[in-house]
Amino acid sequence: MPIAETYSSSIPFWALVVSLLATPFILWSSRRPNLREFWTLLAAVIKFALVLTLLPGVREGRVAEFVLLEIAEGIELSLRADAFGVFFAVIASGLWILTSFYSIGYMRGHHEKKQTRYFASFAVSLSATIGIAFSGNLLTFIIFYEMLTLATYPLVVHSENREAIRAGRQYLAYALTAGLLLVAGAGWIYQMTGTLDFTPGGVLEEGMLSASGMRVLFFMLLIGVAVKGGIMPLHSWLPAAMVAPTPVSALLHAVAVVKSGVFGVVRMVGFVFGPEVMGAYGLSTILAVFAGITIVLASLIALRQNNLKRRLAYSTVAHLSYIALGAALLNADGFTGGILHISTHATMKITLFFCAGAIIVHLHRENVTDLDGAGRAMPWTFTAFAIGAMGLTGLPPINGFLSKWFLCMGSLDAGAWAVLGVLLLSGLLNAAYLFPVVYRGFFCFSNQFEGKGEASPFMVVPLTITAVLSIVFCLFPNVLFGLFDLASAVADSVLGTH
Amino acid sequence: MIELLHDYYAYWAIMLLLVIGLYGMLIKKNLMKKVIGMVIFQNSIILLFVAAAFKWDATVPVLDAAHPTENVANYLNPLPHTLMLTAIVVGVAIVGVAFALLIAIYRNFGTLEEPELMERMRGE
Amino acid sequence: MTDPWTHLAVGILLPPFFGALVAALFPDRRRNGAWLAAVVSSGLTFAASLGGLAYAVIEGPVRYHLGGWQPPMGIELVMDPLAAFFCAVVTGMTFFVFIHGRSVVERETPHKAVPFYSAALLLLGGLLGIVLTGDLFNLYVFLEISSLAGYALVAIGDRRAPVSAFRYLILGTIGASFYLLGVAFLFMETGSLNMNDVAEVVPVMGESPATLAGLVLIVLGIGLKMALFPMHGWLSDAYTYATSTATAIIAPIGTKVAAYVLIRTCFHMFDPEFVRAEIPLADILGYLGAAGIVWGSIMAIAQNDLKRMLAFSSVSQVGYIALGVGLASPYGLIGAVLHTLNHAVMKACLFLVNTNLHQRLGHTRIDRLDRTTRIRMPWTMAAFTVAAISMIGLPPTAGFFSKWYLVLGSWEQANYVFLGVIVISSLLNVVYFFRVLEKVYLRSDGEAYDDASEREDAGVRREEVRASMLFPTLFLGASLLVLGLANAYIVIHVIRPMIPAGL
Repeated sequence: MPIAETYSSSIPFWALVVSLLATPFILWSSRRPNLREFWTLLAAVIKFALVLTLLPGVREGRVAEFVLLEIAEGIELSLRADAFGVFFAVIASGLWILTSFYSIGYMRGHHEKKQTRYFASFAVSLSATIGIAFSGNLLTFIIFYEMLTLATYPLVVHSENREAIRAGRQYLAYALTAGLLLVAGAGWIYQMTGTLDFTPGGVLEEGMLSASGMRVLFFMLLIGVAVKGGIMPLHSWLPAAMVAPTPVSALLHAVAVVKSGVFGVVRMVGFVFGPEVMGAYGLSTILAVFAGITIVLASLIALRQNNLKRRLAYSTVAHLSYIALGAALLNADGFTGGILHISTHATMKITLFFCAGAIIVHLHRENVTDLDGAGRAMPWTFTAFAIGAMGLTGLPPINGFLSKWFLCMGSLDAGAWAVLGVLLLSGLLNAAYLFPVVYRGFFCFSNQFEGKGEASPFMVVPLTITAVLSIVFCLFPNVLFGLFDLASAVADSVLGTH
Repeated sequence: MIELLHDYYAYWAIMLLLVIGLYGMLIKKNLMKKVIGMVIFQNSIILLFVAAAFKWDATVPVLDAAHPTENVANYLNPLPHTLMLTAIVVGVAIVGVAFALLIAIYRNFGTLEEPELMERMRGE
Repeated sequence: MTDPWTHLAVGILLPPFFGALVAALFPDRRRNGAWLAAVVSSGLTFAASLGGLAYAVIEGPVRYHLGGWQPPMGIELVMDPLAAFFCAVVTGMTFFVFIHGRSVVERETPHKAVPFYSAALLLLGGLLGIVLTGDLFNLYVFLEISSLAGYALVAIGDRRAPVSAFRYLILGTIGASFYLLGVAFLFMETGSLNMNDVAEVVPVMGESPATLAGLVLIVLGIGLKMALFPMHGWLSDAYTYATSTATAIIAPIGTKVAAYVLIRTCFHMFDPEFVRAEIPLADILGYLGAAGIVWGSIMAIAQNDLKRMLAFSSVSQVGYIALGVGLASPYGLIGAVLHTLNHAVMKACLFLVNTNLHQRLGHTRIDRLDRTTRIRMPWTMAAFTVAAISMIGLPPTAGFFSKWYLVLGSWEQANYVFLGVIVISSLLNVVYFFRVLEKVYLRSDGEAYDDASEREDAGVRREEVRASMLFPTLFLGASLLVLGLANAYIVIHVIRPMIPAGL
């Protein structure tokens, strides 16, 4: 693929700052909840619309670029809305609208405190996520990455009890250490190459460093991004962070924050190191081994979790590594599958978390074993849950099947039988830890929920929409936003193929 | 060795003073003795400047018919000596401030012995 | 005919000394006049410094011969970008602290206000003299002027303050005397006290033991003034027992000027090659700085008093500057100089927050802070949060970027120890700042935030400090963000021209 044509446009910048600008309004209207939520929704809709305006250009292979200022000597704070960035931004900002609706129902239904701080942090987090998606170079990436860490900290410690504060400390310790490693690694790269720009195919070249030096550099950057991406053994903050309110778990800890991490992994693999270096120094094998182990182990641990949100958290850990694994395959199908999984896992997992939250608010149940008969009380919710569960397992016609199909194709292409095995095994494990919830809900009879109806429409409507989206994206992968084309365009640009 | 001692005896003496002064400032427990050490220390440095500027068979830089100006070596460099006037003034000012502080300390705690002082401060 | 703007060099120096005289003339019942004199003269010298900085950057360095006497006979003032930059930092911080300080001094030490402002202005004047002078002995005199004023300022405090001031005096005198001793050696070897002359003579003479001894003694003496590890013992007590405003004046600028002398001596007066190669002085400085970074951070974690914690954090931050100097490379120098500015702003902001807290709560003990603190003083705590984030070094605040240049410098020389220290110290900073942030933003007794705590919070009235105190605090906090975003501009236009040719 030829070097993408770039044009100057401030839209990426406005898409980034719109939620940042909304924050003062949110804080200012803390005493009027309706007005406050109006600002959130307004920002979410504008943001999504702005991101969508970038889509046509990207589909024609043009990249919007915006240089804000020189942020450090020789390095600019630049935003580049390339195919990969827009792909991620569409998902994050689109799902933010749904999550905002859901939040209103959840936070009020659950009588949560400190809602102003909650909505304000949420808005800042989304800005940071879009910033990460559109970062044109590594330093810009780091800046938004650290901003995301700080913005999500108040969300993790939201309930302010001992458990939450401990989770917050753990989160900070992990994420800030990771951020520092990124800074150190970025310094190294800048020292060697004099540039930090994300370039399809990578900026590092063979022979720049000794093999061990290259591995050390790879580990520094990988650890930096893998902490947010939950790759084992750096995942343990994620289940601990499940003490946050469920919408946070749904959008941030299943989509925005953790996907920023794996987004970073793919950026490192495809745009900093590049496939050649990854292959030549055996870095892709390292990544694949870590990702594969994470997938299997996290699924096994998920089996043992009785708390529904923690079970979903471990499932998230496993699925994030699908994406890393796809990138590690270094071929077109693998890359496409991995990137597609960012979107497919997002819609499916957010559905599951929305369901879990609805169950918590409406039935006050958090454990899987307490859900006997709940499906009869909340048929919509449980149907949606079943769709999400099927998708994660990889069954058609849910979009999880699509990404998994490409991942399997990629592993066959690469001749990596072990990867194929991991993917198939993980499918089975997914079924084993998700279907019992559906089974208990629908088929275990209990009258404990008699007289309870469906949850508030503010919650049911969003989760129904995400479930429907999961199906639509499988049957018509290009119909809404051309996500499939975008994913394969990214793979082409990285691998230099057509 | 003897020559070294003999030729540079002024410097050896200054060095001795320097060490005595440092010892007094850092090791002595009584705050007044610390001030005494400080004065010795400062004066040893002043003496170093003065000694360094001294030359045998040379005189103060005042025009004198007996010492023709063509031969500059006949005159001392006056600069270090004048500098040391300033340094002495600075030293006096420091001693003044030190005494003021000592008076304040004695008023507040009734002692100038460091161990006792530490104990009384801890009680605050 | 010389350009009239070159008179800015002396224009920076005059207002504080003149102001100190004027301030001292006011009787106690008119002490507001002394305050006004302090604000006006520090404002004037701030403006002059900014003008001088602009002039030095655009037109090049100014060599100003006092009284028209040519050096080496006369004393010369050197206003190059480096000196003007430090002047601007020093005067700017003092200006804001003075604006902030009136009601604090009025409350803490009302009847010592007149000597307080006078001494503070003398301190400022002395520090500016150190920065501007081009003469080694003149520097000593200014060093002692600023030190004497500093001892007096520290001694105006609680009952323990004279003791810490005395200790400061003893160690400060040792430092200054070592400096003087070093000057003696250099003078004996080179026959000049003018820094420029010395710089020209030393390479011709070649290295001799006496020159080396002189350099080492100067660095040792200045290191003591700078509170470089392990010579930092005087700093924590002196900062803790002094009055809030005295600490807020001394802490951001005192050690910085010593750092300036270090940069001047190591890179301008001596050839950087000389400092780096003949004796590993630069390395020693860097490693001492690194040790200070870690040690200061660890000690800061162990403190329970906010002011004392900030004092130890100063020890650690001075270490960054020493580390940058120790790298003896352009990136190292950029990092060190930028960190001087950033740390001055951060520390000034943090000490002003500390003062605000003391004003309203009557104490600054960390274990007694809780979330009512934040409800009572939301803006003060917001400024604290920004400054804390900057101290930790998270983008886009200023603190991140000085670390970034230090990281680049460490990579350039493949110094993994420095790199590790920078990373570890940032994490230690997280520990001691988030300890405070957790307390003031979250419920700290381990229970969830519930209806009861909401009712409790609703009962707490907001009682922010008055505007004259709040404005400087917030301004400094906000400028951390601006400095962070504008750092490339500062580095390219202001700091790059400072880098001596030898680096």
